[in-house]
Amino acid sequence: MTVGKHRSKVRKFKERNQDRMTENYDIPAPKKRKLSLQIDPAKFEKATDEEKKQADVMAESTTFFKDGMRKLLRNPLAIIAIVILCIVIATIIIAPHVVPYGYDEIITVNGVRDKRAANLSPFQFSDMEKQYMEESGEKLFPHIMGTDELCRDYFIRVVYGTRVSLLVGIFASLMVLIIGTVYGSISGYAGGRVDLIMMRIVDIIYSLPDLLIIILLSVVFKETMDFSRVPVIGKLGTNMVSMFIVFGLLYWVGMARLVRGQILTIKQNEYILAAQAIGAKPGRVIRKHIIPNCISVIIIMTAQEIPSAIFTESYLSFIGLGVQLPMPSLGSLANAARSGMQSYPWKLVFPAVMIILIVLAFNLLGDSMRDAFDPRLRQ
Amino acid sequence: MSENKSEYLVDVRELKEYFPVKTGFFKKIPLKAVDGVSFHIKEGETLGLVGESGCGKTTVGRTLLRLYEPTGGEFYFNGELVTAKNIGPLRRQMQMVFQDPYSSLDPRMTVEDIIGEPLDVHHLYSGKAERHDKVLHLMELVGLNAEHATRYAHEFSGGQRQRIGIARALAVNPKFIVCDEPVSALDVSIQAQVINMFEELQEKLGVAYLFIAHDLLVVHHISKRIAVMYLGRIVEIADADELNEHPIHPYTLSLLSAVPIPDPKKARASRRIVLEGDVPSPLHMPSGCPFRTRCRYCTDRCKKECPPLTDRGNGHMVACWNA
Repeated sequence: MTVGKHRSKVRKFKERNQDRMTENYDIPAPKKRKLSLQIDPAKFEKATDEEKKQADVMAESTTFFKDGMRKLLRNPLAIIAIVILCIVIATIIIAPHVVPYGYDEIITVNGVRDKRAANLSPFQFSDMEKQYMEESGEKLFPHIMGTDELCRDYFIRVVYGTRVSLLVGIFASLMVLIIGTVYGSISGYAGGRVDLIMMRIVDIIYSLPDLLIIILLSVVFKETMDFSRVPVIGKLGTNMVSMFIVFGLLYWVGMARLVRGQILTIKQNEYILAAQAIGAKPGRVIRKHIIPNCISVIIIMTAQEIPSAIFTESYLSFIGLGVQLPMPSLGSLANAARSGMQSYPWKLVFPAVMIILIVLAFNLLGDSMRDAFDPRLRQ
Repeated sequence: MSENKSEYLVDVRELKEYFPVKTGFFKKIPLKAVDGVSFHIKEGETLGLVGESGCGKTTVGRTLLRLYEPTGGEFYFNGELVTAKNIGPLRRQMQMVFQDPYSSLDPRMTVEDIIGEPLDVHHLYSGKAERHDKVLHLMELVGLNAEHATRYAHEFSGGQRQRIGIARALAVNPKFIVCDEPVSALDVSIQAQVINMFEELQEKLGVAYLFIAHDLLVVHHISKRIAVMYLGRIVEIADADELNEHPIHPYTLSLLSAVPIPDPKKARASRRIVLEGDVPSPLHMPSGCPFRTRCRYCTDRCKKECPPLTDRGNGHMVACWNA
């Protein structure tokens, strides 16, 4: 009954206002079906072919990587980090070709060893050099960072030290990356008992003291092995070999845990099931589906692993377990500078600043990469 | 098994899937997700599988494709017993369409790679050009434009994504597709499009479907036969129209009464059978008939013995002592 009453009221209202509505507004006269939209097809025209084409044009397809890079390059901190790294890398590549001094050469003037050129301050020339320049009118290359206590150009030593530190950092984190990713993905993908056992192994490794093992290994290697003929490692010394081994043995566990955690969450997605339903083998599922979906996290982790490796190398060199002399590294340079800290403070400042710059740049880069690539922070 | 070969494409007998659930330090009790399910599907036919959430529909589909290792029972495909060993080549004949079109496509792959993946896995092409042609043909089959091939899944709407998923399932030219609630994540108008596409593809390609859904109207529309599941068991299985018009099992009755009727006059006249209580936990199954805790006609016999599926004429099978 109530519904009927309401309907009659509406009808009355409409009748009362019918004239006014049609007069004042250009409303088409109601047709038979009152509930229809009352659209007049005559007012529409057909779309031309050109207009149809326009509807097909969509935004350029962006990939996850492109999108992340765009975000990364918009971040000023990331730009600063990239610029610092570029300058450092360019310097360590170009400087040995430009600077006429060697990292293990005592400064010689006209074929004579200049024994009084020790501990010069930046841009200072020794007496012999000054005399030579006056006599011949030739300009000698300045000692940008002075010289060390054995009359070697300090700038070129810092450059070589940076080379060693960066190489060690990158190589060690690559090793961590490969071992950690493979181990973590197998553990995470297999799950169950395999996962349990593999993760307990990780727990055990995690609890081993890394410094102790490096010391033990270097002692053992010094006694038993001779790497002096191996091209690069021979110059770096046996300590570096034991350090790489320790990185390969111990430092991947963090990466393995991270990758396993990522894979456990990615495994929940139906596209993994779909790939299995298609008949894809586990190796293919890991390679084609799981790794690409956690690659950003792995890259970020690697970028953050590099400074930690550089630090490890520096403090090992600092306590005398680093590279073999005369090859410098930033840590051993800092260690050598310790003795004359009050008289020649710049010898400590230069390698220390270099370490800080590199580590800071990698940390900033790693942080901005996490911000740019983390799917949870994407909009 | 020679008689199977002639008659049924898919023949499932007493399929069981138990998941071990840890309840204590060393204690494990089985969760009976699927407990003795039998059905069969002829070539080019559709069997609808309905039931409420958590009754084991999806598990049935996934167990058939050996995404889970079955605890018991046999599955004959084209007369051949499916085992863990021969599932590899058989995956070229059985495929699956997943429920959620948002998580079933890899976000890092282009559409071409997603659809081409089954071709890669089974080495179904000789060169890159042939792969590309095959993928484009599949895309055309499901109504996608060729220029979509280089795009990523996140650039598509739900309906388009589901089409990509269907194209992926069709890539190996299967005889049987498990459709695991393929339309429940889509809105109604898209549902209609996708369901019509399923029907067209069946006419064109002669594939058989196991169509899992919880929407009775959708299932009735697409299926020749419908099976109703409750707590890991099939309680009623019959031809679609027969089930709709003459349901026998009390659970089916209540399910059908919950289907919205588009005609308000009829809807007012119909009576909804509301079930009391919740679905019992599959960890602690009730004794006897699994439905007895919510059944109005429950008797002492129901508490003691589990009713078997019995034929009530014309292949209408019901598992109930009383009906």
